[in-house]
Amino acid sequence: MALLRPALVFAAAFSVLCGLAYPLSVTGIGLVAFPRQARGSLLVREGRLRGSELIGQHTEDPGYFWGRLSATQDAEGRPLPTNAANSSGSNLAPSHPELRKHAERRIAALRQADPSNTSTVPADLVTASASGLDPHISPAAAAYQVPRVARVRHLDPEKLRTLVRAHTRDRTLGFIGEPCVNVLELNLALESMR
Amino acid sequence: MTFNSLLQFAAVLGVLLLLARPLGEYMGRVLEREAVFLDPLVKPLERGLYRLAGIEAEDRMDWKGYALAVLVFSGVGLVALLALFRTQHLLPFNPQRQPPLPWGVALNTALSFVTNTNWQAYAGESTMSHLTQMLGLTVQNFLSAAKGIAVLAALARGLRRRKATNLGSFWVDLTRITLYILLPLSMLFAVVLIALGVVQTLGPNPVATLLSPIQGVDGKPVLHQVLAVGPVASQEAIKILGTNGGGFFNSNSAHPFENPSALSSLLQVLGILLIPASLCFSFGRMVRDRRQGLALLSAMTLLFLMALGALHWAEQRGNPALRGLPVTQVLADQPGAEHPGGNLEGKESRFGITGTTLYATATTGTSCGAVNGMHDSFTPLGGLVTLLLMQLGEVVFGGVGSGLYTMLVFAILAVFMAGLMVGRTPEYLGKKIEAFETKMASLVILIPAASVLVGTALAVLLPAALASLSNPGAHGFSEALYAFSSASNNNGSAFAGLGANTPFYNSATGIAMLLGRFGTLLPVLAIAGSLASKKRTPPGPGTLPTHGPLFVVMLVAVVLLVGALTFLPALALGPIAEHLALRG
Repeated sequence: MALLRPALVFAAAFSVLCGLAYPLSVTGIGLVAFPRQARGSLLVREGRLRGSELIGQHTEDPGYFWGRLSATQDAEGRPLPTNAANSSGSNLAPSHPELRKHAERRIAALRQADPSNTSTVPADLVTASASGLDPHISPAAAAYQVPRVARVRHLDPEKLRTLVRAHTRDRTLGFIGEPCVNVLELNLALESMR
Repeated sequence: MTFNSLLQFAAVLGVLLLLARPLGEYMGRVLEREAVFLDPLVKPLERGLYRLAGIEAEDRMDWKGYALAVLVFSGVGLVALLALFRTQHLLPFNPQRQPPLPWGVALNTALSFVTNTNWQAYAGESTMSHLTQMLGLTVQNFLSAAKGIAVLAALARGLRRRKATNLGSFWVDLTRITLYILLPLSMLFAVVLIALGVVQTLGPNPVATLLSPIQGVDGKPVLHQVLAVGPVASQEAIKILGTNGGGFFNSNSAHPFENPSALSSLLQVLGILLIPASLCFSFGRMVRDRRQGLALLSAMTLLFLMALGALHWAEQRGNPALRGLPVTQVLADQPGAEHPGGNLEGKESRFGITGTTLYATATTGTSCGAVNGMHDSFTPLGGLVTLLLMQLGEVVFGGVGSGLYTMLVFAILAVFMAGLMVGRTPEYLGKKIEAFETKMASLVILIPAASVLVGTALAVLLPAALASLSNPGAHGFSEALYAFSSASNNNGSAFAGLGANTPFYNSATGIAMLLGRFGTLLPVLAIAGSLASKKRTPPGPGTLPTHGPLFVVMLVAVVLLVGALTFLPALALGPIAEHLALRG
């Protein structure tokens, strides 16, 4: 068949070109030109790998800032928040009863950690992110948590607000995206204030 | 809608329209085998490949020969993918020791990537080895995209040529599209993505010490976080530019390693729309009438803006189910207390409502299917917009090549309907549209539509299929409808709560993807062959001009009318019912 030779030749040739030469040369360029990003924007503190600037870490320690809810699971399908080996959203529809329950549970946990705070909770703190690994929260969500973290850590709230501002990224070029606070970097900065 | 949202929308569309013309002209030159600036670099490679394959650059194919070549080449790709999936545990670049894929998901995934759908019944980071991602999935991302553009080129030649049979050579088109368009653009885009934070490494996954231990379900504390990495940027670039959409990671472009910032997200939206929009200019150049391409582009842009406005409005209103809780879903913009507001379940903070709805419109309007937020968690009306964009046949910019050739089929239908109204033989670009073309055009519309509706009906009738639905009530129906809308129109995104890795969904969506791709591509080639054989009639006083605003409006109306008539009943059972129930 006259079609088989070109079909096989082009399949093989483009496999080598697009499947090996292309990704391997991009890998080479990446590791030389942008080694930090290519390897995952890793955060190393005192010689220990503490995570990635881009990947959130779940915590419910009242002395840390909390991130978005995370619906990721472990390899057996049991809940394991911010499992960066198995990204996932909750995929709950707005009408799903579980979605409201998750929000209620989060509100209760926030209230329990800081009974004196009765202001309304920003929605990003009671909803799960799309990847389950969202490293950010909104500035409103950080501001909501400042009194709690300041009290637990015996810090001046004003000083803490300054720290939050230092870890807030404004919109790129002034208009792209949303202002965001990087929660893991903020928490690591809290540790070094000790 | 805030001023800031408008600014982001305007920036993407503005840059898109600025780039579309030069890129479209360039692609037109590549498709017409004219000299381009990359010749000194690429020409020797191109010639070498032709020699190896035993073909000539001047080879001719009629529409049947062209179609056969597409089919044979797709078959070879399918077998190669299957072989790779089944033997990845024996091959190198598998640092996480991923086992071979089971047959069901292997076959479904092979069909998915060969048809440019990239429906994913598996979770990338926990299923595929690095070699499979590169040598299997990345390669098909290139080739399935090239096939779409090639078929469009054949159709343009059919419209241009008179009393001819020759539609060009599929092998030459495939080679030139891959070497001169897709590879250089991907290379450039991949490096930009790495600079912005997308990972690209072949090493094993780094393991970090967690801030504080996480209590596991079995009571044992989890102390470490395994950070899945891989050759992501190289796959991401072509996933976006080829409107493929198959993510390296399970959560696709919502994963911060796949889409690290609002800027990378905006660039991905631009990348998704870039080739489909530019091809309108290539088409205009190929048929020697730029106004024709511009009219099609205008219709696409109009549909895009309508969908984007509706989707953004629906999501920014928030989730009524959270009413009564001490939660604020209101947008706030005071410095130090900014909050995106809206329905934030399944959305990433860095994108907010604006970045997520823009991405969702682009990805479902084209047949891309990459997602930066979970469509399953969209408000019912937001979900409806994404469903409808797919059901319209992926013509709002559309897949690379396939979007424009499907839009051209709608243009043929539009002149046919106009012809019926005034009682004249319809023409498009000087070619008489007769019974054969109209029949083939109807097939292009009817085959995917039937596949959506029959597939969804089966999915809600068979008990084994019902178990896959993860959400109760009307939304469960929407999940099935979304799955078949996506598969039958080669989109690939999902209401991802659906348990898609089951015998029913693996086989049913597999068939739907095949029907959606080849059930449209083959009739389009038949139209191309038939049009090529006709002579060109000069426009008379009764000819409907197909480049003015009147035609643009007519085209938009036909697309919306056909879509609404076909899918309104199904949409009423799913998102519309859910919306009414939720509003209470």
